[in-house]
Amino acid sequence: MYKANIYVTLKEGVLDPQGEAVKKSLKVLDYAQVEEVRIGKFVEVWLTSSDRGSALKELEEMSDKLLANPVIEDYRVELAEVI
Amino acid sequence: MKFGVVVFPGSNCDADCYHVIKDVMQQEVKYIWHKETGLDDFDALILPGGFSYGDYLRTGAIARFSPIMPAVIDFADRGGLVIGICNGFQILLEAGLLPGAMLRNRSLKFICRPVYLKTRRIDTPFSNKLGQDQVIKIPVAHGEGNYFCDEKTLKSLKDNRQIVFTYCTEDGQGLPEANPNGSLENIAGICNLKGNVLGMMPHPERCAEDLLGGRDGYYIFDSMLQWLKEAGR
Repeated sequence: MYKANIYVTLKEGVLDPQGEAVKKSLKVLDYAQVEEVRIGKFVEVWLTSSDRGSALKELEEMSDKLLANPVIEDYRVELAEVI
Repeated sequence: MKFGVVVFPGSNCDADCYHVIKDVMQQEVKYIWHKETGLDDFDALILPGGFSYGDYLRTGAIARFSPIMPAVIDFADRGGLVIGICNGFQILLEAGLLPGAMLRNRSLKFICRPVYLKTRRIDTPFSNKLGQDQVIKIPVAHGEGNYFCDEKTLKSLKDNRQIVFTYCTEDGQGLPEANPNGSLENIAGICNLKGNVLGMMPHPERCAEDLLGGRDGYYIFDSMLQWLKEAGR
């Protein structure tokens, strides 16, 4: 069995109203050093692929199709074998 | 004319659309459950507003893979009229029938109020009963209506005259303060290249009769009827 961590992030230049609001809140909490906050999604997927290569290929396909929207988002996949 | 209203789990404007087509426009209308895989001989399809699949992951992202969607895409590809309203617009974007994507409203607030729209193009199946640059008042109700696309897509939207409605002031000025959600270039509604698919965030079905305080939305549906009549349907 494999366990994937998929990080879906907004592309550079895409407005992130949530990140902006959180940044403002951090400023209110006196964290003057905060320059920017961007909020993304973290998706965990457990899968029973035959090997590591096919798992990665399948996860990329899933991300392109559904997990991320290529118009506004990028994604990164981390994969580990689990028992 | 025969209209179909696609119902996804979480659609909540389906009955409003059904009512407008049946009782106001006096046309035949049927609900289409999202699990169906084929379509009858419809003249037009409506993807209504709501929160399909709870807006999980992204608005419209899961509805886009409903069993009915291949038939909807095929209907659109063959030139059938498809209008996506609010969540329906979001689904059309996710399905790739229209370009771009929706982001969270700039204010992070769910906005539910009437807004003014400028009619930017009247030679479409959805706006031929309106005047060029006519200002209409139609309510919005959404949390994610902040239209976004990259520069290249924006340029092609402009070059191909795909921007049909933009947010404006009561007197028709496209000022930033007239933009409720932060949409690029005040975009409220766009069509595809062929013009037979329209997505709009405002809800014409909520203002198609005087009883509801305005009937500017009526003209969107009336335009569709006019277009279908001229096409000999």
